[in-house]
Amino acid sequence: MSNLKKTKKTLVLILALIFIASMVIGCGSPAAQDDEKNDDKAAEKFKVGFIYIGTPGDAGWTFAHDQGRKYLVEQIPEIETVYLELVPEGADAERSIEQLAQEGCNIIVANSFGYGDAMLEVAKRYPEITFLHCSGLESAENVGTFFGRIYQARYLSGMVAGAMTKNNTIGYAAAFPIPEVIRGINAFTLGAQAVNPDVKVKVVWSLTWVDAVQEKAAADRLIEAGCDLLAQHADTPAVQQAAEAAGIYSIGYNSDMRSFAPNANLTGPVWNWGPYYVKTVKAVMDGTWKPEEYWGGLEDEIVDLATISDKVPAEVIAQVEAKKQEMSNKEWDVFTGPITDQDGNVRVQEGQKLTDEEMLALDWFVAGVEGSPNP
Amino acid sequence: MDINAVTGLLAAAVVAGTPLLLAALGELLAEKSGIINLGVEGMMLVGAVTGFIFTIMTGNHWYGFLAAMIGGSLLAAIHAFITITLKGNQVVSGLALTIFGTGISGFLGKAYQGLTTADPVHAYAIPYLSDINGLGSVLFNHDPLVYISFLLAIIFWLILYRTRWGLSIRAAGENPAAADAVGISVSKVRYFCTIVGGMMAGLGGAYLSLVYAPSWQENMTAGRGWIAVALVIFALWNPLRAVVGSYLFGGVEAMTFGLQIAGIKVSSFFLQMLPYLLTIIVLVIVTIKMRQEAGAPNALGFAYDREER
Repeated sequence: MSNLKKTKKTLVLILALIFIASMVIGCGSPAAQDDEKNDDKAAEKFKVGFIYIGTPGDAGWTFAHDQGRKYLVEQIPEIETVYLELVPEGADAERSIEQLAQEGCNIIVANSFGYGDAMLEVAKRYPEITFLHCSGLESAENVGTFFGRIYQARYLSGMVAGAMTKNNTIGYAAAFPIPEVIRGINAFTLGAQAVNPDVKVKVVWSLTWVDAVQEKAAADRLIEAGCDLLAQHADTPAVQQAAEAAGIYSIGYNSDMRSFAPNANLTGPVWNWGPYYVKTVKAVMDGTWKPEEYWGGLEDEIVDLATISDKVPAEVIAQVEAKKQEMSNKEWDVFTGPITDQDGNVRVQEGQKLTDEEMLALDWFVAGVEGSPNP
Repeated sequence: MDINAVTGLLAAAVVAGTPLLLAALGELLAEKSGIINLGVEGMMLVGAVTGFIFTIMTGNHWYGFLAAMIGGSLLAAIHAFITITLKGNQVVSGLALTIFGTGISGFLGKAYQGLTTADPVHAYAIPYLSDINGLGSVLFNHDPLVYISFLLAIIFWLILYRTRWGLSIRAAGENPAAADAVGISVSKVRYFCTIVGGMMAGLGGAYLSLVYAPSWQENMTAGRGWIAVALVIFALWNPLRAVVGSYLFGGVEAMTFGLQIAGIKVSSFFLQMLPYLLTIIVLVIVTIKMRQEAGAPNALGFAYDREER
């Protein structure tokens, strides 16, 4: 029996080791990754901390944010940045934000909607720190929210798609049926119809932000259903790969996805957080920063269109550029009437425009979209 | 829905079911020998990441598949050592393996996120068979791994039920003491089955990262390892029923999008829940009808200790 006890002890020891190892490795990633290792100087430097939902290597959402962080360091070299990656939303987020606060960050940026409550909680305890919450809804004394009008860039990408589809059937692989995504689908469809009134956009929901396998499957089904051009609102390049494999065109998202589908990818709405970060960090350093709910558009270059492929005819590109200029100059915006929904009801009257509040609560599809906004 | 959409959906079910089938066959073999391994999810992830890394490094996806099998089997070997040699608790060790596999795959794959493989796996239509109307495109116009997986299911069935080896494996799982008495080395058999099971799980994982969606993403199996575990129960420990089950569960996955496109309104959330619901229903029916865990090896989950016989 003593032999059995001994083996049990060994087993417990080994299991404990495995658990510790997996914790170190699994949870080890959110260890702060200092951009520069000058610890002695760090105390005096102005420090900006980032909380990431994904990793900078995801080629999508977090990648775009990290490009912004790098741009920030380039523009204001005297500051220091750190980031925590793969921070889960919810209770864990509070701990991670607190960690950055204790490490002496002057500004803390969080890049996912679900960090909101945690951030507001930590912000109460650190009134001297400025908090910036991407895609957030609630601001406070020392908490600002920021987001971009990506729907404007989606409209432009829709124009490219509408001009390039041959059978007028476009597939759209979308993540979750929330207003942000629905807004994007509507804007894309309106853009496509602006150059090609007969366009139909088939929408499928993958119910995940980051799952290459599901997104690929969604794309494949759309291709089988006869779509000859695919667009996406999800964070992996799987849809681009599916289009490339099938020999059809595609529109990317988040960052320039050309490298994943050199033949298929035509362009895509992209995020460009850098200028906003530079402007805001400078304001905080000068002491001129005020809490705001920032929702910038093409005019601030926070959203843009990836370089358009040379497969797209020059006159289409010129048309897109003209529309982009119009939106940048704020002479026109996407949700300007008349707009009818899927059932033929007029939702926006001629000459009217959706307000920001209406856009943020959008839950219906414009005519021409095939699919349900409420799956 | 026209006929093309239907055959397209069925073909998609086969593709979506293949990683499940590979992993489930491995788990089935291990369980037949008496070892339950809940680390399938972890082994699949390690297989997916090692397969992807080696394909990038060597430029040849066959080396990738080989590496994935080795990766999966290494993890399974840990489980085998803990549960067979040390006679540890199989459930605890398996769960630890899943957590460990999730962590280490994320760690290894960090630098490989957002890359694509230079050597994608292509479909090879099988001559003559793929020309059969309807069925041909559903079953015989796929990548090699699909054919390998259904061949393996048949081979596993033949080995388990038509050979002496299979008898030894089943004996080790049903009544290890009796197996021991007739001179079968229960530990050896269990080690072998657990490690081969790991290879299959690794291969299933690599199918995701090399064929299905050629890329690496942290946690990309997204619960398919658990579906594979459920599938073994669903199949009542029979490799041929596992084929049917895999394609059924794969079909559910494919259907989520197929139904949406066809404009048939079924909640996607409901469809995602279906494989687990089906498994529960099968379990309930079988236990009520047979008043026992039908098909489950008798000694499943128990360490064999000769001295405690």
